[in-house]
Order: sequence, then structure tokens, then C-alpha cells
Amino acid sequence: MSVELPDHGTDSLRRFLHGLPGVDEVGANGRVAMLGTRSIKNASKAFAIDLAIRMIDLTTLEGADTPGKVRALSAKALRPDPTDPTAPSVAAVCVYGDMVGIVREVVGDRVHVAAVATAFPSGRASLDVKLIDTAEAVAAGADEIDMVIDRGAFLAGDYGRVFDQIVAVKRACGDAHLKVILETGELRTLDNVRRASWLAMMAGADFIKTSTGKVAPAATPPVTLVMLEAVRDFRAQTGRLIGVKAAGGIRTSKDAIKYLVLVNETVGEDWLTPDLFRFGASALLNDLLLQRQRMATGHYSGPDYVTID
Amino acid sequence: MAFEYAPAPESRSVVTIASSYGLFINGEFVDAKSGTMFKTINPATEEVLADISDAGAEDVDRAVAAARKAYTGAWGSMSGRDRSKYLFRIARLIQERSRELAVLETLDNGKPIRESRDVDIPLVAGHFFYHAGWADKLDYAGYGANPRSLGVAAQVIPWNFPLLMLAWKIAPALACGNTVVLKPAETTPLTALAFAEICQQADLPPGVVNILTGAGDTGRLLVEHPGVDKVAFTGSTEVGKAIQRAIAGTSKSLTLELGGKAANIVFDDAPLDEAVEGIVNGIFFNQGHVCCAGSRLLLQESIAEEAMEALKRRLGTLRLGDPLDKNTDIGAINSAEQLARIHALADSGDEEGAERWSPPCELPDTGFWFAPTVFTGVTQAHRIAREEIFGPVLSVLTFRTPEEAIEKANNTPYGLSAGVWTEKGSRILWMADRLRAGVVWGNTFNRFDPTSPFGGYKESGFGREGGRQGLGAYLKEQS
Amino acid sequence: MTDRVDVRKTFKLFVGGAFPRSESGRTYEVTGADGGFLANAAKASRKDARDAVIAARKGFAAWSSATAYNRGQVLYRVAEVMEGRRAQFVSDVRDAEGLSKSAAVAQVDAAIDRWVWYAGWTDKVTQVLGSANPVAGPYFDFSVPEPTGVVAAVAPQDSSLLGLVSVLGPIVATGNAVVVIASTDRPIPAITLSEVLATSDVPGGTINILTGDPNEMMPWLASHADVNALDLAGVSDAALATSLEQEAADTVKRVRRATTDADWFADPGLSRLRAFVETKTVWHPLGV
Repeated sequence: MSVELPDHGTDSLRRFLHGLPGVDEVGANGRVAMLGTRSIKNASKAFAIDLAIRMIDLTTLEGADTPGKVRALSAKALRPDPTDPTAPSVAAVCVYGDMVGIVREVVGDRVHVAAVATAFPSGRASLDVKLIDTAEAVAAGADEIDMVIDRGAFLAGDYGRVFDQIVAVKRACGDAHLKVILETGELRTLDNVRRASWLAMMAGADFIKTSTGKVAPAATPPVTLVMLEAVRDFRAQTGRLIGVKAAGGIRTSKDAIKYLVLVNETVGEDWLTPDLFRFGASALLNDLLLQRQRMATGHYSGPDYVTID
Repeated sequence: MAFEYAPAPESRSVVTIASSYGLFINGEFVDAKSGTMFKTINPATEEVLADISDAGAEDVDRAVAAARKAYTGAWGSMSGRDRSKYLFRIARLIQERSRELAVLETLDNGKPIRESRDVDIPLVAGHFFYHAGWADKLDYAGYGANPRSLGVAAQVIPWNFPLLMLAWKIAPALACGNTVVLKPAETTPLTALAFAEICQQADLPPGVVNILTGAGDTGRLLVEHPGVDKVAFTGSTEVGKAIQRAIAGTSKSLTLELGGKAANIVFDDAPLDEAVEGIVNGIFFNQGHVCCAGSRLLLQESIAEEAMEALKRRLGTLRLGDPLDKNTDIGAINSAEQLARIHALADSGDEEGAERWSPPCELPDTGFWFAPTVFTGVTQAHRIAREEIFGPVLSVLTFRTPEEAIEKANNTPYGLSAGVWTEKGSRILWMADRLRAGVVWGNTFNRFDPTSPFGGYKESGFGREGGRQGLGAYLKEQS
Repeated sequence: MTDRVDVRKTFKLFVGGAFPRSESGRTYEVTGADGGFLANAAKASRKDARDAVIAARKGFAAWSSATAYNRGQVLYRVAEVMEGRRAQFVSDVRDAEGLSKSAAVAQVDAAIDRWVWYAGWTDKVTQVLGSANPVAGPYFDFSVPEPTGVVAAVAPQDSSLLGLVSVLGPIVATGNAVVVIASTDRPIPAITLSEVLATSDVPGGTINILTGDPNEMMPWLASHADVNALDLAGVSDAALATSLEQEAADTVKRVRRATTDADWFADPGLSRLRAFVETKTVWHPLGV
């Protein structure tokens, strides 16, 4: 692809985004299904489990979140397996902006602190409100911001508005990394996922993220495949490396390993690092720990041997 | 950090292979009167799997006689409803033994276990299920009221999808009330012999299905036997023509499914990532041992460079190796002979000036292997654009306009299949309308189904297998 | 009052919608059933056969790209014109086959009715032979019958009109073009038919009628790489039929074998319609 990136007016963006190759849904599902048959065992499984743990943004985004809950989660993030110090820490703790301070108290600088912002999850608020939301989270100590795009504007074809919001939020982030949530469950078609991915990357995203986790379907292998293809092609086009975060609905080690295979065979080993791939999850961590314990001890583990936080 | 996949072999212990096999005639395994045997090997390791009987003229006589006896006896007078129930039994048994059959197919043929497990064996069961349901509904199939069967069918099948080709032949033949004598390919007899056991487990009346293992001569004797009413052959175009010649002037019915050199056509508005998958699937699925393989890639010139980059990048992720490993994408070439043929044709590509490329690929020391290979700069006049290679070798040509794509695609004596990739609906249908091919895949490739008729135009053969249309090969129409 | 001196016809070939003589310049004597001289019919050579195939291929392009409806209209017009020439056909058939008037009338009427029957098939074959196929996956899958292309046929030797029509009808109703060798000894009804075709909007080359010896021409047609199928209905010599089938194998032609003892009055069924179509199956994903 040798085409100039467009200016960010809606018309010009539309021509570019609608000129990207379409995605055949059945074909993409077929590719995903085939990669889902990869059998990852023994040493490669152990490698994948540890890598997956290191890629987790351990998440709680509930109205009922309290300082106590957030402290417990943060402690878990640092030391997931109390019985096994070799279990690695996760990549980040992900909370609402008003909980950032609590996380920082517990984790210091040892893991990242990601805050959702911009009227998460719906994104239905003025730009001013979204920017204040962002600024406050950054001021509280978040070094990663997970924003949501304006899906209403996107589906209405107002690409310029979506673009401008991302640019503004990126500015408000300062040094913090920006993850842009596409909310693929509302975009519905893989063509839209491809277009939204490109839009977000051109507007300055450091990561593109599938979902808020509050809308079903959340992350799925096909949307993740399309997003991985987008970051691959974006790198070929610009040289920049953008990360991908799959969030919501990934509960088992088996699922997580399937995603790692997707990454491996779509964009290659350069992306097999928490700097460029993340899982937004909560229950997943325990399942990974159970599998890890099984591999270490040779017998199946049980729920009493992992902590509930 | 590299993510290496540890070996993930499917267990061999699910299957038991005898040291030697007789012929399956009249419901029993019997020694061949010919007295000669040959070996079948695992093409990935060259290990001998079993000794196989080589049916001679007397054996062919016995088998045809058994089929005739069953036809004039139990099977010929059986109601469609009862035939249907036997076929349902067989379908169920195949499902029950599916893991075992998949492993056996991989050992004898060399194809990856993922393919035999996920594609071949499920389709085998599907064919028996589908045709089981036709047996008592032939009045509604469009061949007149009470269409009659033909009699004894001689069926000769190739080595590329051994059990699936058996299903394509036996299921409709039996559903329509015929009896069969089937000869599996010389290099892949084992799943046919397992199928014979399944017929025993299903209590199929003796003589309805007979399996004669052997080489080229066995096939010729069978096809030319005067006691045979119908001949069905899938294999090379050369042998197909010889069979058509041999039965001229007889009253034998004939259907042929022969070679192909399919064009896989990619337009500038194709969904590129899926098209690349379709290209890869089209020529590297089953190591390219597919009559309908998309062996000629026609790229619209404006996106040719971009598409080739994407294709080469994707080929770099193909995993070649132990067919029993669940993560293997490309398995072994079926025989030393076939490997030599592939080499010879690929070398002609070099000699004629096309540019060869393969991803870096480590080939195991034993067994028969060929790295996935792409030739660019190919034109219609090159041998590698005209002759069927039947291996993992892709020839890439370009075109400018839809009309030119049609011209180039149709400019071949073959006409089995074609692929078209474009997001524009009217163009898909326009191309499908004009492509002279028995199967046209739009925005997909290598899809098969028991309900979907399969077969060729021109020198790719005549007759269809699957669907309502496929029944015609085994029925006598009132006319 | 003296008897009027009649104007006698020169019986030529019908190729590409025109009436050429044989390029060989030869003719052969056609006698009636009573042994009396009827005509010097053109004796077609292999070069005529070759030219007919070229004409047929061109005719096929036009004929197969017409809509089924249009083809039906054209074939019905042929029947209309046949009806108009009913008396001439009756006289031709009587001369050729030595039938009684009522038997000849029965044959001609059956032939015209048969042609009408095939005219009505053009836009129905697809629905009767085609299908939508319920594949086990997210695909739309359908099969359509398509004409195979150019058919070389030998018309029945004895049934000079009804047999001819029964062979030609299904070939053209399904969109094919044809080179047919008329009954050697009884060609006159075929020649009259060619005049009907020439005045009926049938695209030139769709139907080509040659008169002469199949033994001479058919081997060339059987081996011709631009002929897609053979109909050996009128090949009475078993050795010739066998050798033609063998020739045809070199190009994997579809061969419909000779019909001995055919009852041309019987309901033809679908078998001949099916014989010269190819089934094309198309797959496309169902997705957003």
C-alpha cells in the first residue's frame, strides 16, 4: 500500500477509510477457526501462560468499587500467586479514574496504572467533560488512559469528529499512553473494525482496544484478527508500532493462548510483549494460575489454591 | 521473543494396522488368487505400514461375480427404505470411528492430521448421511418415477482423498440400488480396507461392497470386465481418456472426474487478507494434491505487487512437517513418483524463465517433501501454466480487465473449478456466469459438501458427484 | 392442356444460416422409398464439417447468450413455420419413407408438436435440472445447467423428420449449437427443415445441417477439439459407433450412444435434455 495518509476532515477520511480492503466475514472466521486448532503443549504452553499473565490489565470497573476492593486487586496484580513467587506480575491495573490514587499507593511504579476515561463506557458526554475526566486521571497518577471513541459519530459517518476527539484526548494524556477503545460489539461489522482501527491509529492511539467489556459481544478472535492486521499494515505504511488490547469475555487460559497464537501468526513475535499486546480481564488471571500450578505440580489444582479478590 | 510450538502429535495408538491384508470380496477378507502382494508405506517416514494384496484377473472375476450375485439377490430386491437404513448405519460407524480413520488416513496418505480430522472424515460421514436419505426418495429426484439402478459399478479412485473419494463413489451407488467393486489407489489402500470392516460391522449383505486392492493393472481389468454395468473413475486425465476409449462400443455407463488447472482470480477490490487465505488454501491445502486446486493465480495487475507481498508474508507462517502433528499445515508428498513429477514440472518453470520463490523451509531427512513454491512472471505459454502439477506449486499470472481474466481462465482444455475474489456482487456473478468450470468459488475456495454437485467441464471430465444431480450417474432414466 | 414443367430444387447444405454447396462439389443420388429419383443432394466433405463447426461455435455464442425466454420464442416460431409447411413435410416424408398419407401426417404432426414441446422447455430446464444446495456452512450454493457448447449429431436413419426433430430439439432447447448429419438415404425432410430454420430468427450457425455419409464425416467430428459432445443416434454401424466413441475419448467428449429401436413417438422424458448440459455449481459466503 503506498498511499498518503489523508488530512483529517470527514470527507477525506471517509474516502480513505472506505477505500481500505473489505473483510470477508466468513473468510476471517475461517482463518480464526483454523488457528484455533493449534495445539499448544508443554514448554510452549508454559511460555504462553507466563506471557499471558504478564499481558493482563487486571480490571475492576464496577459502580460498587471501593478502596478495599481496589487495594486487594492491586496486591494481586503485584503478586498473583501467593504460593509461587515465580509467577510474574501483570502488566497493569485498570480502574475508574477516581480509584487511580488507591492503586498507586499499593503498586508504586511496579506495574502500570490504567484509567478508563472519556465518559466510559458510553462516551456520551461533551468533549469538555471527556477531557476533564482524562486530565484528572492523569493527575491522579495514571500512566495509561483507556478512552472510548464516539460510536454514535462513527456510525453516523462523522469520522472527523471521532478523529478530533482522539487527538484532543491524546493531548490531555501528556506522557500517559493512550488506548483507544473501539467498542467492536457496537461497530458490528469487521469492515467497521478495520476502518475504526485505522482512524484511531492515524489520530495518535498508542494501543487500539476492542471493548469496554460492558457490551456483548466484547473481544472476539475475529475482531482481534482484523485489528492485528490493521496494526501490521500500519507499521508497513508508517513504521510505527501500535499495540492491541483484547478486553472482555476472555476467561480461560485456552482462550488466552488462542489469542497469543493469533498474534504470533498474524503480526509475529514483535508483538508478543506487554508493550504491544494486552488482555483486559479479571477472571482470566486465576485460570492462568491454575494451569500454571498444574504444569508445575503435575496434578489438577482447585479454586482454593488461587485467591479471590 | 519467539513463540515456538512444542510438538503436539496425535496418538497413533487409536489405530491398529494389521501386518497384511487380503481382498474384501463377498463380505469377507480373502487371500488374492494372484498370490502377489505389495507394500504400502507412510510417505512422511518411508516406514512400511502393511503388506497389501494385489488383485489379479481371477480376483476381479470373483469380485464382480459377488457384486452381481448381491445385485440380483438381496440388494437388488431390497426396498429403498432398507437400503437407506444400511447407509445410515455406515454413516454412524464412520462417525464413531472417526478419530481412528483420520489417523489412518494421515499415516497412509501423508496429509496433516488437522485436515483428515477436520475436513476429510467429517465429509465422509456427511456423504453417507446425505445419500442414505435419498435411497427411499428416488421418485422425487427428477429422473422419472421409479428410476432403476444400473447394476454392478466398477469404481477406481485416486490417492489424494482416499476415504472421501470412496464415499463419493460408494454412497450414491448404493443409495441408488447398485452394488460396487471399488479399487483404491495403490499407495493408499488402508482406509478402504477399514471401510470394509465397517461394512461388516454394519452387517451389509455380502457382495454389495467389494474392495480390490492393487495397482494400475487391477483397475484396468476391473473397468474392462464384461460383467460391469457402470464405470466411475477419478484420477488423471490420461487414464480417464484410456478408460473412455476402452469402454467405447460397450453398453457401460461412464462418469469421469479428471484433472484441472484452476484459475484463482483476484481483483483490485478483493478482501485482500481473506483472498490471501483463499490462495493459500487453494494450492497448499492437501499439499496441492487436489484436482480442483487453484494452481493458477490471476492477479489484477494494479494490485499484483501488494498481493504478492501479502502472500509471501503469509507463506512464511506455513508449518511443514510431521503429518501427525496437530500444528502441521503442509504434510508429505504421497509418493516418490509424485515428488519426481513435481520436481520435473517445477524445474521446467525455471527453464522457461519464470521466477521461483519458496519461504525458508526445513525438509525432514526421510520421507517425500516439497516446500511450498510460487512462480511469478508466468505466462499462458509456460508448461507450469498449462499442465497439472498436483503439488504445492503456484503459478502467478496477471490480467488487466475482467474480460481478460475470463479469457485467460477459460483458455485451457480443463474446466474443473475457478475462484473469484472481489467485493463487487455483480462482478462475482458476471464472472461466475462466464467461467467455463464445473465449480465456481466466489470469495472462498475448496469448499465441498455432499449436497453440492462437483465435477468438470471439458477435459476435466463429465458427470457430477453430490447433490440431486450426482444421482444421475447411478440411475437408468426412462427415455 | 399440357402438364406444367416444375422447377426442381437443388438440395444444398445448411451452414451458418446460408445454403452453400459442398466445397468438394460432390452430390449423391437420393431416391424415394419406391426407388424413384428424388434429388441430387450435396455430399458434404470433412471440410464442410470443419466449416460447420466454425459456424456452430459462432452460433453458440449468439444462441447461448440469448435469454431462455428469447430462445423459446425463436423455437416456437420454428414450429409456426413448420405448421405452415405441413403439407410439404407430409409429402417429403411420404416420398422418403414410403408411408401412407395418414402415417405421414401422424409423423409430421408429432414432429411439430415435439418441437413445440421443446420450445416450452427453454426457460424451465434450469429450474428442473438446477438446484439450490443446502450446504453445511454459511454459504449460498446453487447449481445451474449450462449448454455444453457444440454438439455433432447423426440424425436417425429411418425416422426422417420425427427422429431428426427429437434429436435436435433437446440440443438447441438447452442452448447448444449443433452440426447434424441428416439421414443419408432420407435427407429431404431435413433440407426442408433447414429452410424453415432460415426463416425463423434462429441465429446463423445454431443449427447446421449436412447431407452425406456419416462414415466419412463423423471421424473428423469425433476427433475435433472444438466439438464438445456427440449424439450418435443415427449411427447404425456398431463398429463405426465404437470407433467414434474411442476417438471422442481423446478430448473427453460427452457421447450419447446410438439408439437402436427407438420409438420416436414415445414421451422423450428428460434424458436428452440432460445429455448436453453441464452443471455449474457456485458458492459464495453469507456474511456482513
